[in-house]
Amino acid sequence: MSANREAILSRVRGALAPLEKRAPLPDWDNELIAMRTLRGTVDAWPLFCERLKLVNGVSFESLAALVTWLDGQGWRHGYCDPALWASLKDAFPATFTVETTFDRTRVDDYQFGITRAAGAVAETGSLILTDKTTSSRLAALAPWVHVAVLIRGTIFADLQHAVTALADDPNIIFCTGPSKTADVEGILIEGVHGPGQQAALLVEG
Amino acid sequence: MKTQPIDQFAAHLKADTRAAVYDGSKKGYDARIKTLFDHFEDPNRLRVVAGEIKQHVVENLDTYLPQVEAKLKANGVIVHWAATAEAANQAVLDIMRARNATKMVKSKTMVSEETGLGHFLEKNGVECVETDLGEFIIQIDNDHPSHLVKPIIHKNRRDIAMSFEKHGLGAYNDDPQTITRRARAHLRKKYLESDVALTGANFISAESGRLVLVTNEGNSRFCLAAAKTHIAMVGIEKILPRDRDLALLLNLLARSATGQQLTVYTEFITGPKSAAQPDGPEEMHVVFVDNGRTDVLASECREILRCIRCGACLNVCPVYRQASGHAYRSVYPGPVGAVLTPLLAGKNFPAFADLPKASSLCGACNEVCPVNIPIPDLLLRLRDRAKQEHIPSPGTPPMGPWAVLASRPMIWKTALTGGKAINYVSTKLIPVPALHTWENKHSLPEWKGGVFRKWLRNRPAKSSSS
Repeated sequence: MSANREAILSRVRGALAPLEKRAPLPDWDNELIAMRTLRGTVDAWPLFCERLKLVNGVSFESLAALVTWLDGQGWRHGYCDPALWASLKDAFPATFTVETTFDRTRVDDYQFGITRAAGAVAETGSLILTDKTTSSRLAALAPWVHVAVLIRGTIFADLQHAVTALADDPNIIFCTGPSKTADVEGILIEGVHGPGQQAALLVEG
Repeated sequence: MKTQPIDQFAAHLKADTRAAVYDGSKKGYDARIKTLFDHFEDPNRLRVVAGEIKQHVVENLDTYLPQVEAKLKANGVIVHWAATAEAANQAVLDIMRARNATKMVKSKTMVSEETGLGHFLEKNGVECVETDLGEFIIQIDNDHPSHLVKPIIHKNRRDIAMSFEKHGLGAYNDDPQTITRRARAHLRKKYLESDVALTGANFISAESGRLVLVTNEGNSRFCLAAAKTHIAMVGIEKILPRDRDLALLLNLLARSATGQQLTVYTEFITGPKSAAQPDGPEEMHVVFVDNGRTDVLASECREILRCIRCGACLNVCPVYRQASGHAYRSVYPGPVGAVLTPLLAGKNFPAFADLPKASSLCGACNEVCPVNIPIPDLLLRLRDRAKQEHIPSPGTPPMGPWAVLASRPMIWKTALTGGKAINYVSTKLIPVPALHTWENKHSLPEWKGGVFRKWLRNRPAKSSSS
């Protein structure tokens, strides 16, 4: 392996040696990637909801509305982050079965998974999940519905701010709507490997 | 008449395939224009700056490679180096064998297509399952991808339904939703049984060692939620200098590839899972792959190493739309492939020397490129190389007589007048086979040699006040 390393690095040096000067690293201003349609937007939550809707995600401002939606679709068996369950469970009627451990031997039993978001990006409608705040990567991915519980104060205005403030975490993922494909004749199909429904539940803070 | 290999392929393309490729690529192109121009004041400036950043990286790889290696190691990642395709495949197999691992799930990566990793592992007793829907279909069909981001652009739903039926994935059903659900059910079992997840990398930041992966389907995320070992195969040119540059490139990548603002799953990975997290890899490996890239770096065409594999140049290319990806006979089709394939081929350059000629040099590929690669210039440099190396070019008309005409004004003038004879004499008498081939589908207009010159000579003088 180290022979390969030396071979590659010496070939790189050899290839670059004849260059009289190297291309400098350009600096660029955040203004370059500011989306013109979103300039001057102040309130991040309504913008996030609007952008999430554009990618076929759904947002809820109240727990009751979320439960009504799940109930109405017949999604009554799911998983919830144990750290959240204490504050959520009173809103779920007895017809629901909610587990607080995710059993990977029966991933298809869970119709929904509720986990915490570490934040969101308003301009793209993305939810930010990190290893620290997500109680189970699988529970946020394998069920048909993923509900991310989002704290209002953690929403970034745009991608630039979100990327430069990435947490110190081994795995951070921006989820922008449901899992999708257009591989077959360019036709959009949602729910390929991940959720067919991506939801955000707002909590104050 | 003998023609170039790419022309022979294009001539025999099924009408269905041609239509599928044309529609798919046009759709991608239209969506790209809309999102970029709706969203940004000056989208052109974005790609110019992105191109400068990538060119800087390419020309400073001697600094960036050791830098990113140190970051990765500090983050707890095991780093491997592979000078060739064989070394890269062997490195992956060695990691698997050391862990008694026999099952791999694989997220779409072009570099592993380059090294033929899947077939290599299968031969060595490792089950290796492609998880991107398109790549999965390619795998069960024993086919090759024909587009960088839409690997099955050349197939229609009936082709796919037949493959699924043949491979025991249910009775014939060509409804795209049914096809997708069947793949979902089949593949999630594969994720959960796997030992190792293999991915590529879209970018890797030298500042933090963050490796960025994007997918729409969520397959790379599922790989990294289910398997205990993560191996990333990464081309040595994938580096970006700073984390903030990721924001610029991510803004360009999805818009250029599919017209999306951002790919659905954009994952930033710095190492194995955190201790409290129940799911995900306990160890992470990065295999840096050269496989001809340092030859490209040493060539006159090193700009091509800026490429971020978005496929925009394929979508816009009139030749790609007519010929489809397989005509390029390699992993990288379209304008980027026409440059990269002959370069990566090394000694085998002559076998692919026709590809740089399969272009009208219209420049559209350069205009859409998110990293502003001057593809038409690179194509010309490669044409020149083929000429210098005396590689035969079947079907190309002899240019010697033209050179004589065009470099001697008196002869040129005489020819312009004398050429009128063509209006009265059959062109079949002209001994240039390329002209006859051309005439099968086109007709020459009436010869009016000298009309422009006459007009230019006799035009009224411009008034000095204007």
